[in-house]
Amino acid sequence: MTKTNAEDYLRMYRQMVRIRTFEDNANQLYLSAKMPGLTHMYSGEEAVAVGICEALKITDKITSTHRGHGHCVAKGAEFKEMFCELLGKEEGYCRGKGGSMHIADQSNGNLGANAIVGGSMGIATGAAFSAKFLGSDDVTVCFFGDGATAQGLLYEVMNMAALWSLPVIYACENNGYSEYTKTEEIAAGSITARAEAFGIEAFQVDGQDVLAVNELAQQLVERCRKGEGPFFIELMTYRYHGHHVGDINREYYRSKEEERDWKDNRDPIIRFRTWLIGEGIASEQDIEAMNAEIKTDAVDAVEYALKADYPDGSEVDMHVFTDIKHALA
Amino acid sequence: MREITLSQAVNEALAEEMRRDETVFIIGEDVAEAGTPFKVLSGLVEEFGTSRVVDTPISEPGFMGVAVGAALTGTRPVVDLMFGDFMYLIMDQLCNQAAKAYYMSGGKLNVPLVLRTNLGATRRSAAQHSQSLHALVAHIPGLKVALPSSAFEAKGLMKTAVRDNNPVVIIEDKLMYNDKAPVPEEEFLIPFGQANIKREGQDITLIATSSMVQVCEVAADILAQDGISAEVIDPRTIVPLDEDTLLASARKTSRVIVVDEGHQSYGITGEIASRINEKAFYHLDAPVLRMGAMDVPVPFSPALEDLTVPTPEGVARNAHLLVAGEMIHAA
Repeated sequence: MTKTNAEDYLRMYRQMVRIRTFEDNANQLYLSAKMPGLTHMYSGEEAVAVGICEALKITDKITSTHRGHGHCVAKGAEFKEMFCELLGKEEGYCRGKGGSMHIADQSNGNLGANAIVGGSMGIATGAAFSAKFLGSDDVTVCFFGDGATAQGLLYEVMNMAALWSLPVIYACENNGYSEYTKTEEIAAGSITARAEAFGIEAFQVDGQDVLAVNELAQQLVERCRKGEGPFFIELMTYRYHGHHVGDINREYYRSKEEERDWKDNRDPIIRFRTWLIGEGIASEQDIEAMNAEIKTDAVDAVEYALKADYPDGSEVDMHVFTDIKHALA
Repeated sequence: MREITLSQAVNEALAEEMRRDETVFIIGEDVAEAGTPFKVLSGLVEEFGTSRVVDTPISEPGFMGVAVGAALTGTRPVVDLMFGDFMYLIMDQLCNQAAKAYYMSGGKLNVPLVLRTNLGATRRSAAQHSQSLHALVAHIPGLKVALPSSAFEAKGLMKTAVRDNNPVVIIEDKLMYNDKAPVPEEEFLIPFGQANIKREGQDITLIATSSMVQVCEVAADILAQDGISAEVIDPRTIVPLDEDTLLASARKTSRVIVVDEGHQSYGITGEIASRINEKAFYHLDAPVLRMGAMDVPVPFSPALEDLTVPTPEGVARNAHLLVAGEMIHAA
């Protein structure tokens, strides 16, 4: 069951552009020293998060990674609360306590980014366990990178998910690099074969083709709802920036030519835009108007976040325990 | 009052809570038909079925992670970790994930999870099945830590743990599973953060956790024969810690020994001693003394293992020295 109407296609395009625009602004905040700490850009991988999240309901869950802004936007988050969180402001999704690497939006089913590589694989599997236990038909998608396939936790939880037929989809975003190292240097054999060893159906898909990702995700989500999970998808994609925003001189591990090739010839947004226009779903003007509107939204949200208040110092020992207002009082 | 074993007390507490709340489930290795190696959970699978008493593969980080995710999404897992020594295996899921989710999300996500495991040496199980590692988890903000010292505490604290909306680590003394104590038939809960004065005294305070409560009660008997009146206090939970009760006793008796089965260095005894020094210093007639487990891996040989854990005689000997005003160093 693929997206069959123009509205759905345009929403997918809009969400991809929103992610790219969010990241461009986040990068600027870092480069202009207005953001505390640093962050990991999702640019280039938009079709993965959007293709999958557009197949999910609001009550379906996702777990995200340190490279998590794309998942957060794709699952329905707002720019304003996201920028506030990146800047450590009180109005952020986590009241400024999580920041870029821990952004969570439980109102849309995002159980949170995770700064431990592979750290959320158990959480995703547990969310799927809950859904089955409570008799809901919610599905959980566990996003993680190729680097995280080197963590043992993945194999422990895939084993349990397969034994218990849990409604979870393991979505491996293979962007070719495990931090500063080529994936081929850290991953022996086939990544999908690892899931298949547990009897989990595994798929490889072009992660720069949002329609292909979405079509596969729709099928697997529906099958999960019928109790046929778990599933595994390896999404072949590319990270335009370095491991994090500060990783600028990176030719020692990746050439500029390679980066240019992916950006010029395989960009998921350009590809989808060309398709939308070719199919007569949108005109150049429609697309440009949408892009401009998103840009304005982002600029407004950044401006708002820059002026927003930091949390009061008294919040430092709040939210340690649910039943103790100030843990150190 | 009827007497039941600590094992039965835990079993009863879990059964009662599982009857009360359908979202409570048990997950761990050999928890169902086997009922754990210590048989603490025997019979629960017959009543609640395998969907609520869930056997897992031998994958501690995996099932701990599953429990964290389940707790985040509407259920209340009770994780059974077969030996406390295996806490090292689950540290990321417990300390980086469960303990921090509520804080990192600014209060939007919480993890109502119980981790039940055990501590205690002198079972001739050697260095990887005998450790008392509660200091490791008490160090991490966001985790509550309960240490039942008898069947009564085991039941009351477990019921409170299951109802708590935070991650709670409850660590039982594995040598005490068959020890009986009076436990009321009617329902009761023991609130966290309330120490229990097991025995009142005037001359010295013995603050003891878990397995060391019995040790200190015997020590108090020995001291009584020598005319020294010892007060024995069980904090019951070390996070939260009932500082007020401990300080009040320290101010009253002016001498304190803190006894705990965790390793002595960088441990619970040092933390409690330090708090008393900071807040009751001018009431003290002697330095607060720490008595923890010896800072060595737990040896196998009985001849060696028995040397590593505080004994009633050792506690009584140190208490004598403190009361006599002699400077001593903890053995």
